[in-house]
Amino acid sequence: MRRDLGWWALLLPAFLMMTVLYVAPILQVLAISVTEPTLGTGNYERLLSNAGVQRVILTTLRIGLLTTGIALLLGYALAYVIALARPAAQRWWLLGVLLPLWISVLVRAFAWVTLLRRQGLVNQGLQALGAIDSPLQLVWNEFGVVVGMVHYMVPYAVLPMLASMREIDPRLLVAARGMGASRGMVFGRVFLPLSLPGVVAAAVLVFIFSLGFYITPAILGGGKTLMTAEWIKLQILDLVRWGMGAMLATVLVGAILATLAVFSRVVDLRRLFGARA
Amino acid sequence: MTGGYGAGHLAKALAWTTVLYLVLPITIVLPVSLTDQRFLSLPYETLSLRHYANIFASPAWLAAISQSFALAVASTLLAVVAGTLCAVGCWRLSRRASDLVRVLMLLPLIIPSIVYAVGLYRWFGRLDLLDRFLGVALAHAVTAIPYVVITVSAALAAFDARLEQAARGMGASLPQTLRWVILPRIAPGIASGAIFAFIHSWDELVMVLFITSRQVFTLPRKMWDGINENLDPTMAAVAMLLVAFTILLLWLDGALRRRRGGDA
Repeated sequence: MRRDLGWWALLLPAFLMMTVLYVAPILQVLAISVTEPTLGTGNYERLLSNAGVQRVILTTLRIGLLTTGIALLLGYALAYVIALARPAAQRWWLLGVLLPLWISVLVRAFAWVTLLRRQGLVNQGLQALGAIDSPLQLVWNEFGVVVGMVHYMVPYAVLPMLASMREIDPRLLVAARGMGASRGMVFGRVFLPLSLPGVVAAAVLVFIFSLGFYITPAILGGGKTLMTAEWIKLQILDLVRWGMGAMLATVLVGAILATLAVFSRVVDLRRLFGARA
Repeated sequence: MTGGYGAGHLAKALAWTTVLYLVLPITIVLPVSLTDQRFLSLPYETLSLRHYANIFASPAWLAAISQSFALAVASTLLAVVAGTLCAVGCWRLSRRASDLVRVLMLLPLIIPSIVYAVGLYRWFGRLDLLDRFLGVALAHAVTAIPYVVITVSAALAAFDARLEQAARGMGASLPQTLRWVILPRIAPGIASGAIFAFIHSWDELVMVLFITSRQVFTLPRKMWDGINENLDPTMAAVAMLLVAFTILLLWLDGALRRRRGGDA
């Protein structure tokens, strides 16, 4: 133990920074939710009585589930094709997935606004082609939010699924074909079941990111589609209702930790979050 | 996995559609930034660089860029030092002993930044760190530590622990072992972590919205105001410069990884 003392000391700077500057402020949020404006669970009782909060939570869950579903479908096809591609082709496909991942989320939201707004390029293009008479409402509503969020989440869906598909032995697929299985059967009976752990990991990752997402829904929702994060920001910065904001923030963290706890049997958390780097 | 089995037409079509959906919207920013008009549009008659010239003639944009850059450098330095030491300590100590620390270091990736931003707003008010360079640098550094810990841990996984034992056995002190044996071997991993920490701070907006007002005004903050107030082609030019800068950093990371792969 004494020999290890030096190694323990190496942990100290990060440990201090993390506890004093990260964990402490977050614990304070949890505390505010039961102490302001008065001591007690008054803020949480609003969850049952306040239609505004309920609508925000329902919107968040609906958009979160929709985003997760679409991102998984698109991401699965992409991961499947990457996993079966030749190594040289794999590198190009991966570039297409990783590049958007690292481009600023503001730049991406800006690009979507440019494309989707009333006088945007999509509406102009469709009108020039004569496909529509008046511009479609493509942004500043739920549609725009989902388009932008799926765009953000697909790379996060691809990476865990690709990792688990890469562990599938290709000889299994060839063997199944050789023994007379159709392509559909090889996929449905061999490939899909073996890739399921990756699908679950991707679903958990995308869903918990969707729940607390701020920038994209705020820009593409245009203040009309309120999700949890933007509602918290409104409570704290605009209405100065700390108790309510802190309450929903606590519920958000609780929902995320509960999701992770439920799936921690199936999903290796450390691998899940290491997948990004 | 390769050989003997390829994806079907349907999967390929869906994968191509998805990649186009991921990449095309970002590329649209380039022609828009080169428009000859005063509003967001594709170029009508000629290509024009005037919106790029606008950025470099605007003290507000230049100030935001330089402040963001300084913040990113400062927070990256803090995160790299703390994160690297932590990863080395966790690697050398037994798994069970350091498990709590490892989980702690992943928290900023799990907890949404909106929750942290709310907490910071109150916490920094008490510490007199609101709207201060130091405050933002610390907040960005703490949330960047996970990226450094992950990349450095990956580099350490490929490092032969017997080298460290040999150095200690021959009488090297811990700082000497760290400096001369461990750090040189994991330098590419540290550089990767630094690049991701830099991008993290450079792009970060949610915390900045809560803990800054006038003194600290970063590039994402300026872009946020631009998107919400006046959508003009200058925004497209800024976005394009950011895309180019990100590609440059990722290319740098790729080059470092190839080198790391080369000497392993």
